[in-house]
Amino acid sequence: MKPKSVAVVGAAETTRLGKIPDVSVIGLHADAALNAMKDAGLKPSDIDGVATAGISPVELAHYLGITPTYADGTSVGGCSFMLHVRHAAAAINEGLCKTVLITHGESGRSRVGAGGFGRAPSSLMGQFEMPYGVTSPPTMFTIPVLRYMKTYGVTEADLANVAVIQREWAAKNPRASFKDPITVDDVLNSPMIAWPFRMLMCCLVTDGGGALILTSAERAKDFPQKPVYILGTGESVETPMVSQMEDFTSSKAFRVSGKKAFEESGIKHADVDHLMIYDAFAHLPLYGLEDLGFVKPGEAKDFINERNTAIGGKLPLNTNGGGLSYMHSGMYGMYALQESVRQMRGTAAAQIEGAKVSVAHGVGGMFAASGTVIFSNEA
Amino acid sequence: MARMLPEPTPETRHFWEGCRDGELRLQRCTECKHSYFPPRDFCPKCASRDVEVYKASGKGILYSYVINHRPRPDMGTEPYAIAVVQLNEGPRMMTNIVGCPQTPEALVLDMPMQVHFAKQTDDISLPLFEPAKG
Repeated sequence: MKPKSVAVVGAAETTRLGKIPDVSVIGLHADAALNAMKDAGLKPSDIDGVATAGISPVELAHYLGITPTYADGTSVGGCSFMLHVRHAAAAINEGLCKTVLITHGESGRSRVGAGGFGRAPSSLMGQFEMPYGVTSPPTMFTIPVLRYMKTYGVTEADLANVAVIQREWAAKNPRASFKDPITVDDVLNSPMIAWPFRMLMCCLVTDGGGALILTSAERAKDFPQKPVYILGTGESVETPMVSQMEDFTSSKAFRVSGKKAFEESGIKHADVDHLMIYDAFAHLPLYGLEDLGFVKPGEAKDFINERNTAIGGKLPLNTNGGGLSYMHSGMYGMYALQESVRQMRGTAAAQIEGAKVSVAHGVGGMFAASGTVIFSNEA
Repeated sequence: MARMLPEPTPETRHFWEGCRDGELRLQRCTECKHSYFPPRDFCPKCASRDVEVYKASGKGILYSYVINHRPRPDMGTEPYAIAVVQLNEGPRMMTNIVGCPQTPEALVLDMPMQVHFAKQTDDISLPLFEPAKG
């Protein structure tokens, strides 16, 4: 796509985040969508494109009373929304539609109107991973990490420090689930989940949602909010089974997606003022920093330990507190995008003064998929 | 509670029949010689449909793992390792480790492993791995 040809003109999360036992999955989508439409000053009849994951775009369109000429049901896990942004930008530029609504809603904690988390025993995962006792993401997403740790001399304390620094960011955010400071020792003494991963190295499980509205940069000037322009986007997928990822120390999907987004945007890494890396678990920011090219392979732990990604650091990372401390409904990518948009609008709880470029990088499944969106607040 | 077991498909049946009969079977492209896993009836490297099933050595190394401290109900009550072994022929596969304590001290990356077939039903034996002997 041509950089800055499409912009975000509406962005909002659900009214509440955390524990929402009185709202179903589709209700969370709708709450976020209504908030985003209010933010953009639009009604459902103004929307002619829909995109969502978790539920079908058909359910979304019908529930909100939208008659779209564009529907995207790409569902590749938690980064699906990054892909939706990318596809929506292409669709708007191609004239398939003018105004796209992207929604996420998930009753991750309360499980109201939510489906199950299972795989058919005849699927590849059902045959070649499920028989060995994998449960939920803490026993799958973590599988490659011992190899990464051995290759680069990464310690459990290094993993713990990722969670400690993100908690510092969360303390500045009134909507974060966990705000109390923690130490490396607190993390290393928290309950063992799947060695080497302890509870505080794993994301939260909460309820919530978010929605974005995109339109052409030309039309964006007439909306009530400051437009947030899309500079570049990338996506890729690798494998449905974490045991089959090509390199246990690096995600191919991350590398391909990130490279594409940076090439498209025409910016350099030094131009990035703010970064979101989907952190379902503490190792993901390490892989992300390296695979996106901000540091060389093996350097991410020192980069974080030297507080480059912390408050006051040169590359503020996961400034909402991340999936580890802010919220994580299951498909967290939407919240990373929301924080990037807030930072570009200048409305974030932990606002980075003067930030002009933000990168939101997502993962789907267990290193299965990836999507990257680079934003700018300058036309 | 019965352990969650695989349901073979036409493309994977040779693998599970091999496990039942005590053989770890991989596939290899007859054109580019690439060995691969999981099973499929074409080469994922060069897309040739000319592939063959062969009996692998059943040997490899411990490549990575976690120790699950919140056991799935069908896996008993004690923590267990969910591991990936790298086979000598190249492919990696997920498995469990037997004949060895399920601790970080006992489970050292790169240690040599050998396959151990654990019978579950008349049709299904799972390819687990144990520390290599001798």
